[in-house]
Amino acid sequence: MIVEATALRKSYGATEVLSGIDLALPEGSVLALLGPNGAGKTTTVRILSTLIRPNAGSATIAGYDVVRQAAQVRGVISLTGQYAAVDENQTGRENLAMVGRLMHLGRRGADRRTGELLEQFGLTDAMHRRVKTYSGGMRRRLDLAMSLVARPQVIFLDEPTTGLDPASRSTMWEAIGELVRDGTTILLTTQYLEEADRLADRIVLLDHGRIVADGTADALKAQVGGERVELQFASEPEVRKATDVLGAVAVVGPLRLSVPSDGTAVHLHHLLDLLRDNGTVPERVSAHRPTLDDVFLALTA
Amino acid sequence: MSHHSVAAALSDTATMIDRSVRLARRNVDTVFVSILLPVLMMALFVYVFGGAINTGTAYINYVVPGILLLTTGYGAATTAMAVADDMNSGMIDRLRSLPIRSFAVLTGHVAASVARNALSTTLVILASFAMGFRPNATAGDWLAAIGLLLLYVVALSWLAAGLGVVARSVESASTLSFFMLFLPYLSSAFVQPGTMPSWLQPISAHQPITYVVEAVRGFLTGVPVGNSATFALAWCVGLLVFSVALASSLYRQRTRR
Ligand SMILES: Nc1ncnc2c1ncn2[C@@H]1O[C@H](COP(=O)(O)OP(=O)(O)OP(=O)(O)O)[C@@H](O)[C@H]1O
Ligand SMILES: [Mg+2]
Repeated sequence: MIVEATALRKSYGATEVLSGIDLALPEGSVLALLGPNGAGKTTTVRILSTLIRPNAGSATIAGYDVVRQAAQVRGVISLTGQYAAVDENQTGRENLAMVGRLMHLGRRGADRRTGELLEQFGLTDAMHRRVKTYSGGMRRRLDLAMSLVARPQVIFLDEPTTGLDPASRSTMWEAIGELVRDGTTILLTTQYLEEADRLADRIVLLDHGRIVADGTADALKAQVGGERVELQFASEPEVRKATDVLGAVAVVGPLRLSVPSDGTAVHLHHLLDLLRDNGTVPERVSAHRPTLDDVFLALTA
Repeated sequence: MSHHSVAAALSDTATMIDRSVRLARRNVDTVFVSILLPVLMMALFVYVFGGAINTGTAYINYVVPGILLLTTGYGAATTAMAVADDMNSGMIDRLRSLPIRSFAVLTGHVAASVARNALSTTLVILASFAMGFRPNATAGDWLAAIGLLLLYVVALSWLAAGLGVVARSVESASTLSFFMLFLPYLSSAFVQPGTMPSWLQPISAHQPITYVVEAVRGFLTGVPVGNSATFALAWCVGLLVFSVALASSLYRQRTRR
């Protein structure tokens, strides 16, 4: 496991904000830390990126202890924090070159890497403009680019797309996808279920400093039940006829029934045939797939 | 530290100095204000209050050293704000998560502060010439005055950096810097301490700004320097050692994990 955390706890004064967090990321995997405001996502990321110490528990990155071997950990990770860390009064190019120099790439090396990253993040045209003239999406892209200067093995992304419009968000997703293809291990936090669903191999749902669910997106969805078909009828007698023939159904509204389904057309066909043979036809039919939203609401209520 | 890590630390410091100087250069407003305000104060003292203050010499010749220290005060406040900005934004997290000695960020701001102060002080001196300042100093006197002012600016900049580290916002950094702007008024910068209430006199006579002002005034206008140069030097070195220690200890505390 390239990232491993065991029983991490953190308190501020009398308030415990992390109450025993365990995480394990295999090399090259993507883990999404999902949770509402104040769940402890940033606190977890700050502990793993050596910025703060846990009160108890331990964590290692690439085998280095985040408390005792912070310098070595810093050599293999990079952090894109929740709030953009870019100099407004430097140009995009200068910001990147500064990190290149701090990473001791040499003037030539820093220049080359800066050029590559500007290109990759679509900032070449804006590279000579001060960052304060950048849009929110450009700023966030530059922020991520600055984290990639030294090609880190493990990247922490704290809410990489919060506040971005759909276009900028999908650009960020592409950039993150590219890192994944290169084999980078990524731990990202997000409040967007769609983002976790799309980017992560594994999702950890955090609430009030505790892990309340952990698994693949599909496993989490299965936890709140599988797919269902909802049927809407015109009248009470029709509903009664339908319940007679269908057996295990849930009443989910006035004149509305919900039936478990495997989501295939064959099953839907079978269902409708069954109803028709019994002399009833639903007015409307809709397939309902549990989303991560259902999981989120069910587990963090 | 091994040779390698000394070289790395020097290179990182140079990078951070570069950054701070560039940021300072692009923030012309603050340089402008740190020149304009002292020049306005100088005009006010020379043309409005000066007539009522008897210093035994042309008032402008008396007041210029004090105005120069006032200028450095404004410069220091700017430095405190720049440091506070970094400490309270994502920047400090980025720097701390890199495999470098992040303390270099303070060294960068101090170096930029010294450069900015050198510029604004020079411009204020030029303005004072225009208002009738007529120093009576040899090249050696100028060198001594400049050297002392430079030492004072370095010490004050480290103090400002320390204030920037503890400040929880840019605004509070500017408030914390208030005393640096206030201290010159309680010195011999504008009036002779003898004219102050008796309880204030010992404070005003022995505080560092008085010694630095007296020494610079002595070097530039030919009034006897006496032992004020020695005291000024001692104060500046003491302040420097204290400020660097304070800034690094505050930085360590603020970033304690
Ligand atoms: N330095 C601190 N001092 C006191 N409390 C803190 C501190 N840092 C975080 N907290 C508290 O810890 C809890 C978890 O905060 P954290 O920032 O980790 O949440 P988060 O999941 O990142 O939330 P968000 O989605 O709003 O960013 C919050 O209640 C927060 O107020
Ligand atoms: Mg957060």
